[in-house]
Amino acid sequence: MPSPDSEPTLSGARPATKRAAGARTTDPPPWQSRVPLLLAVPAAVALLFLVLPLVGLVIRAPWAEAGDVLTGAGALQALKLSLITATVSVIIVLLIGVPLAWLLARPNLRGAALLRALITIPLVLPPVVGGVALFTVLGRAGLLGRPLYRLTGFAFPFTPYAVILAQVFVALPFLVLSVEGALRASDRRYEEAAATLGARPVTVFRRVTLPLIGPGIAAGAVLAWARALGEFGATITFAGNFPGTTRTMPLEVYLALETDPGSALLLSVLLLGVSVAVLALLRERWVNRW
Amino acid sequence: MNTTLVPKTGKSLVLIALAAVLGLLLSACGGGAQPQATAPSPSAESSSAGGAITVLAAASLTEAFTQIGKDFEAKNPGTKVTFSFGSSATLATQIVQGAPADVFAAASPATMKTVTAAGAANTPKDFVSNTLEIAVPKGNPHKITGLKDFGDESRRIALCAPQVPCGAAAVKVFAVAKIVPKPDTLEQDVKATLQKVASDEVDAALVYKTDVIAAGDTVDGIQFPEAQQAINTYPIATLKNSKNPAVAQAFVDYVLSPEGQAVLAKAGFAQP
Repeated sequence: MPSPDSEPTLSGARPATKRAAGARTTDPPPWQSRVPLLLAVPAAVALLFLVLPLVGLVIRAPWAEAGDVLTGAGALQALKLSLITATVSVIIVLLIGVPLAWLLARPNLRGAALLRALITIPLVLPPVVGGVALFTVLGRAGLLGRPLYRLTGFAFPFTPYAVILAQVFVALPFLVLSVEGALRASDRRYEEAAATLGARPVTVFRRVTLPLIGPGIAAGAVLAWARALGEFGATITFAGNFPGTTRTMPLEVYLALETDPGSALLLSVLLLGVSVAVLALLRERWVNRW
Repeated sequence: MNTTLVPKTGKSLVLIALAAVLGLLLSACGGGAQPQATAPSPSAESSSAGGAITVLAAASLTEAFTQIGKDFEAKNPGTKVTFSFGSSATLATQIVQGAPADVFAAASPATMKTVTAAGAANTPKDFVSNTLEIAVPKGNPHKITGLKDFGDESRRIALCAPQVPCGAAAVKVFAVAKIVPKPDTLEQDVKATLQKVASDEVDAALVYKTDVIAAGDTVDGIQFPEAQQAINTYPIATLKNSKNPAVAQAFVDYVLSPEGQAVLAKAGFAQP
């Protein structure tokens, strides 16, 4: 353990948290020079396992047909629907998920374990089952859907709203769990200090808590967006499958697989390309900001 | 305040990157779940161990073939028939991709052709035919009277996607009837279409007569004359890479035999 005196750059700036853990990230990382084989080998396996299927897609895709397939009305329509619904879903997920995470991370919350188990339900539920479950509540004959339909004549299934509901359902846990993790890891004393200085709870949350857990929220939002973009099972079950209104990219790919596996490969590459591009762009912005 | 934030957020950036990778992986898993549900059972690999065969069959054959499989096993001790039911087009793709299976029963000549054209199946034989029927929720609560209701924009209608056999048959029927259908959803296979009716999410759908019978109490069927113009024949064939061609051929013969045909007739299928 390095003594505080050997860290002159830090010891003055941070007297309160003067610990080895604090110094670690500002030092020139010593582990970069030699990566232990015990870590390097499994890491390489993991990377290959993730990347190889993508390579397979790219190699096997019939690029000669790419022009026709990728500019076809079906593909662009589905891509547009996917991007719009996934983005709207993430906004909704943020609006309701961050407060839920904050509630979960409160110390001494009664029944927190049960609550956390409930929140992970969409993670363990097969998405198709999630779609059926949504039917039972929000379908035209569902618990809430039936009175809604009687009163207004509106029903969620077969509309883009159903696509968004399905995506929010499956994506919400990703945000809640990562934001909760960030909240637990953050230093509560800043909130306490703000509170003792007279800030009201809402002000503490807005001015202290949110900036502290910004990266956690961003990570959760990325997870949720990626999950929403790839959502298939709950969507095809609950929202149906109609071009322009509910047929998102994953559904388009699945349908293309029925008749033209080649174009299914091309569409998959398109979806992956767009999502990776968006994630890379966002990351660039975060790196600049934080 | 600012300086104290640096170390913590540095760690969080790594978290973001990890989270992004994890998210993509997880969402890809979610996407893959559905097609895998219809994938052939891995038990097919053990077919050399005895008289085990794997039969890939159209979703509309689920009830009849499950019964035929039981009868076949009872008549041929030592044999074991494993089924994988799904959209004929999906099954055809899986066979072309080398799925380990012994028999393919398709819901249309077109999907069988995908397999024979790839040289993966022996000469197919037509074994039954099926006609379309209008399916409505039990008691017909939305007062569907006939095929013309499918052209009514205000109604909620489910059809099969034109890429799958029941959807192709529907296209033919609407062309004959000179009706432009206004569907709200184009489902992947006939059972998914039927499910939308059974759960009262749509007013009506076009499915096979056999599906209406199989659905029992949850839906009612309405026959319509144009259905006769789009009769769908089902071909069955043994597959070239069968590990147990003798049992595969015996199963096909049993399906074509009077006993097999009787089970199929009871399920609502007609002679080819």
